[in-house]
Amino acid sequence: MTAPLLRVRDLRVTYRGERGIVPAVRGVSFELDEGETLGLAGESGCGKSTVANALLRLLPRGTEVSGEVLLDGEDVLAMKPGRLRAVRWTEVAIVFQGALHSLNPVQRIGGQIAEAIELHDREADARARVAELLELVGIPARRAADFPHQLSGGQRQRVLIALALACTPRLLVADEPTTALDVTVQAQVLELLERLQRELGLSMLFITHDLATLSYVCRRTAVMYAGRIVEEGPSEDVFRRAAHPYAAALAAAFPVIGDPSFRKRPAGLSGDPPDPRALPSGCPFHPRCPVAEPECARVEVELWPAGEARRAACVRVLGGRS
Amino acid sequence: MSAEPLLEARSLHVRFRGRGGLVARAVDGVDLEVRRGEVLALVGESGCGKTTLARALLGLERPAEGEVRFEGAPIRYDQRFLRSYRRQVQLVFQDPTGALNPRQTVYEAVAEGIRIQRLPGDEEERVARALARSGLRPPERFASLYPYELSGGQRQRVVIAGAMALEPAVLVADEPVSSLDASVRGEILALMLELVREAGVTILVVTHDLGLAWTVADRIAVMYLGRIVEEGPAEELLARPRHPYTRALLSVVPEVAGMEPQLLVGEAPDPARIPSGCRFHPRCPLLASGEAARLGIEERCRTEDLGLAPVRGAAAGHHAACHAL
Repeated sequence: MTAPLLRVRDLRVTYRGERGIVPAVRGVSFELDEGETLGLAGESGCGKSTVANALLRLLPRGTEVSGEVLLDGEDVLAMKPGRLRAVRWTEVAIVFQGALHSLNPVQRIGGQIAEAIELHDREADARARVAELLELVGIPARRAADFPHQLSGGQRQRVLIALALACTPRLLVADEPTTALDVTVQAQVLELLERLQRELGLSMLFITHDLATLSYVCRRTAVMYAGRIVEEGPSEDVFRRAAHPYAAALAAAFPVIGDPSFRKRPAGLSGDPPDPRALPSGCPFHPRCPVAEPECARVEVELWPAGEARRAACVRVLGGRS
Repeated sequence: MSAEPLLEARSLHVRFRGRGGLVARAVDGVDLEVRRGEVLALVGESGCGKTTLARALLGLERPAEGEVRFEGAPIRYDQRFLRSYRRQVQLVFQDPTGALNPRQTVYEAVAEGIRIQRLPGDEEERVARALARSGLRPPERFASLYPYELSGGQRQRVVIAGAMALEPAVLVADEPVSSLDASVRGEILALMLELVREAGVTILVVTHDLGLAWTVADRIAVMYLGRIVEEGPAEELLARPRHPYTRALLSVVPEVAGMEPQLLVGEAPDPARIPSGCRFHPRCPLLASGEAARLGIEERCRTEDLGLAPVRGAAAGHHAACHAL
């Protein structure tokens, strides 16, 4: 077996700022093979976007980061600035959340993509490459002369994907790339990402709160809660037959349309996801957990095998009680 | 649930002056009934006019044509009428954090509407009842708290309590859970269903989320570009959608198993440029696939506008606006 393209080991990220010390990521490990897709799911504040930003060291100055982010065996966290610059875009690129605002409104889209290409490869025929990239994401090449405001929301998201692909990265990190889009447009963008992933053999880390979307786009899914992965496995299993009670509750928030068991029976948890500055003792999910046991307030268990290619961090899994 | 319409839109048109002097036909001829005791989901994508339609039903937008009827009589737009009308038909805001004043206690937030409406009787008792009814029990424990001391779900309960304090007949909930974390949404939806069951309130929920509609709605109306294009009982409509737009919408929702995804071309056009004929025709898969030509309706799709009609062979009350049906 070849080594995975990306191996994250015991990643910990702590923000230090006006809001005090925030342990946003508390020991996250996962692997992503070449050409594979992994979904990272969770609610606001669970640390999923922090993980994405940590992969490319895009975190605010002063943030404490420990652990390893091995890209082809090389630790991104230990790279010198020059090497890091080369790796960004050419090895790993990110499509951001709320990216509709991250295009420069007064620059033509072709120019913006060309700039990214030329930054990394001065020899490149940027013009031809821009045309090729736009066609690749389903936008006619002539639109290169358009300004962002001349494009629809879905088209702008496509431009951002083209921008991310400008330097032929091997890993695409997509952080809520379709959240702001309408259902039908979202479907177009997901289909595009899926096609690109397949045709270009891209590896993809797809981050969203929407478990249902992940089950559709990614082969494997990891669910985060309070800075840790609490369940990981094949997406369909995590979505339909979650082993961790939190993953199950999150999945239940996405009803299966047509399944009578969801009719008039909304399922949800009380309370909010915890504040990372004041995590509950033991398993941080225990105050909201419908099946918590006395020991859950005392111990936080590690990820533990929970069936074929699955892991979950719950005492019930540990004791074979799930 | 009875078939009696409590709140109705009749041939309703709402227009706005749009960009470049064009007129945006946000609501472009809508007939819709909200029946007493039901949960009706008004479903559509952004820009389809669903929020404008809801605002018109609340008396917040004046129709250019047509009328809004409540309990069988057209609503009026004078201050006096609107004040009493708004007591009956209450809006629940989508973002509880924005809707609540951070410097106001829960008590003050809920009492505000009671004071504006100058409702008779004991204010404290009304507030306590509304809080309890909204699941904030015991009410005295919550009354003195500030919004920052509450969870997101509790804040939305306070917003709902503020509406319920006026003992309305109808709640209009515009994306009531979209600002909440996914795991928290269920409890608010459960509360809404409880209010229907126990307080006899009627709910119009406006949403883009078909899964939400499947969870709570008795009936569903699907809106596209200013028009209702399909409506019917929730189970029937979502299990056997007939309009090509509804079908496409459902086919790409990840929560629906086993439907071949049908990607629509492009995005919904601007309501200032509503296509001629069937307004969906430029994106319609039936036209794109040649199916409409085979059925011999292509010309009508392009030129002939149409309204809702009963769907042949479907359950009672299932209506759609499509030349192919």
